[in-house]
Amino acid sequence: MIGPHVWRNVARLTLLIVVASFVLAPLWATVMGGFKTNAEIRTSAFAAPEAWNLEFYGAILGDAAFWRYLGNSLLISSAAVLLTLVVGSAAAYVFAQIRFFGSGFLFSYLLLGLMFPFATAILPLFIKVRDMGLLDTYWAVILPQTAFGLSLAILLFRTFFAQLPKELFEAAYIDGCGYVRFFWRFTLPLSTPILATVGVFVFVQSWNNFLLPLVVLNSREVFTWPLGMMQYRGEYVTQWNQTLAFVTLSLIPAVVFFLAAQKYIVAGLTGGAVKG
Amino acid sequence: MTDMTLPPDHRPALGERLRRAASNGRLSAALILLPPALILFTLFVILPLGESGVYAFYDWNGYGAPEDFVGLRNFEQMFGHSVFSVAVANTVKIVAVSLLVQMPLALLLALLIYRQTPTNAVFRLIFFVPYIMAEVAAGLIWSFVFDGNYGVTASIATSLGIEQFFVLADRELAFYAVMVVIVWKYFGFHMMIYIAALQGVPEDQIEAARIEGASRTQIVRHVQVPHIRPAIAVSAFFAIIGALQVFDVIIPLTNGGPSNQTQTIVTYLYEFGLTRLRIGFGSAVGVVLFVVAVLVAVFYQRIFMRKGTA
Repeated sequence: MIGPHVWRNVARLTLLIVVASFVLAPLWATVMGGFKTNAEIRTSAFAAPEAWNLEFYGAILGDAAFWRYLGNSLLISSAAVLLTLVVGSAAAYVFAQIRFFGSGFLFSYLLLGLMFPFATAILPLFIKVRDMGLLDTYWAVILPQTAFGLSLAILLFRTFFAQLPKELFEAAYIDGCGYVRFFWRFTLPLSTPILATVGVFVFVQSWNNFLLPLVVLNSREVFTWPLGMMQYRGEYVTQWNQTLAFVTLSLIPAVVFFLAAQKYIVAGLTGGAVKG
Repeated sequence: MTDMTLPPDHRPALGERLRRAASNGRLSAALILLPPALILFTLFVILPLGESGVYAFYDWNGYGAPEDFVGLRNFEQMFGHSVFSVAVANTVKIVAVSLLVQMPLALLLALLIYRQTPTNAVFRLIFFVPYIMAEVAAGLIWSFVFDGNYGVTASIATSLGIEQFFVLADRELAFYAVMVVIVWKYFGFHMMIYIAALQGVPEDQIEAARIEGASRTQIVRHVQVPHIRPAIAVSAFFAIIGALQVFDVIIPLTNGGPSNQTQTIVTYLYEFGLTRLRIGFGSAVGVVLFVVAVLVAVFYQRIFMRKGTA
């Protein structure tokens, strides 16, 4: 006899599989599309390719522009992470460790970035970046991204630093260790979990960002990969296999990175959830 | 700073010595460590924000200094512009779909797979994949799916032997397509928030309810959902703030078209402010966006945070 719990399980699994198919079908068609001729894509988008054409993937892997886009993105994202970690943790350390007149005010001031979307001030930001002569440079993306990431970073860092044992500082201080040196020698090394969480969060934000690079970068030499991908799409409007191969290859780093840093991404997600 | 703040197990003499010495390095440390953040943040966040509040009252193409003061004309034009109304309506629709379709779906799935088993882990990973992808890539993939000439839709039409159809070129259908993509992209994010919360619900409470004869649905309604209410509030907040910012997905999918039917507030800002170099007008849109975002944040804190912490 089949009990009701079996039927419930079947229903549960069916639903999960239906949703999983909805999620995976477009991705499957994308990965497979990179191996197909365009005629084949038009007639059977979901089937495995009749012949595995490696030329489209090969063409992109052999395209210097593809690697340059990825390289630009990697450079920009890494710089944004580094800058956010250093600048953000330094400020958060002051708020956690040092009490002075106006610190509460300055802390609230730095958290204002949590209040509104990045797009709000994109036009004045464009003007500012242009007037500083930074248009079409990596800095045009790195600096605003860092600045906008600071609020969340400082909030998370300060919470973490405030939980570190106070006795440690007192002991170090007796041994003649000053505030700045204590920060470098003790606070930062003890804070690797939160540094990793914030770092991963900033990296993913920066890596996937589209609006800011779109507004401040013009020449292909400095394009990040999302811009390069759109550029590519524009050049091969009807040849989906080329574009699909490009999309697939540019998503691989993100997937690998996610699998490697899953713990921190999920932590960053819940950390991000705290920000409300 | 007095000794009153010292923990009782410290000898006052030591504490006094510490504090006096500490206050010496304090100022210089703050002066070294704090300014980089303050300068960066002021320069690239606060100043642009303030400037958009100024530029919004000028007719300005971004060259030279803004001189042509036009008062509220940019705002009047915006609110009188039918495309802006479409953009606002679309944003409201995205919020509605997020709250009424996406979040219930995410909650249902979270309830099905929140327990730590290998199968659940696989499903969790699959459902989270769209969220870790760049939005532009998601938009591009779905523009391939909806392409009636050369893409997945074409192949579906061929295999069913029906006429080609073009979802993204259809004034009525295009925005439904956009909403499908948005649900696809973000339900996994909301699901993860719920899963984290559901794992925090004490198992013995669920067990107790079960022993007293509560059905599965009753347990969900009266034990689990009340427990994760703060998580639901957080995810609702993210859904609304996210809806205000939708941009990346639209550009590869429809670029706001057909005939501006799929514009959102940010694509509207980009299209009518930046690409036409109407900095004043675009800034006015930015100001409206800012006001709405702040209202949402304040409203959220009033309604949910107080209840959530209580």
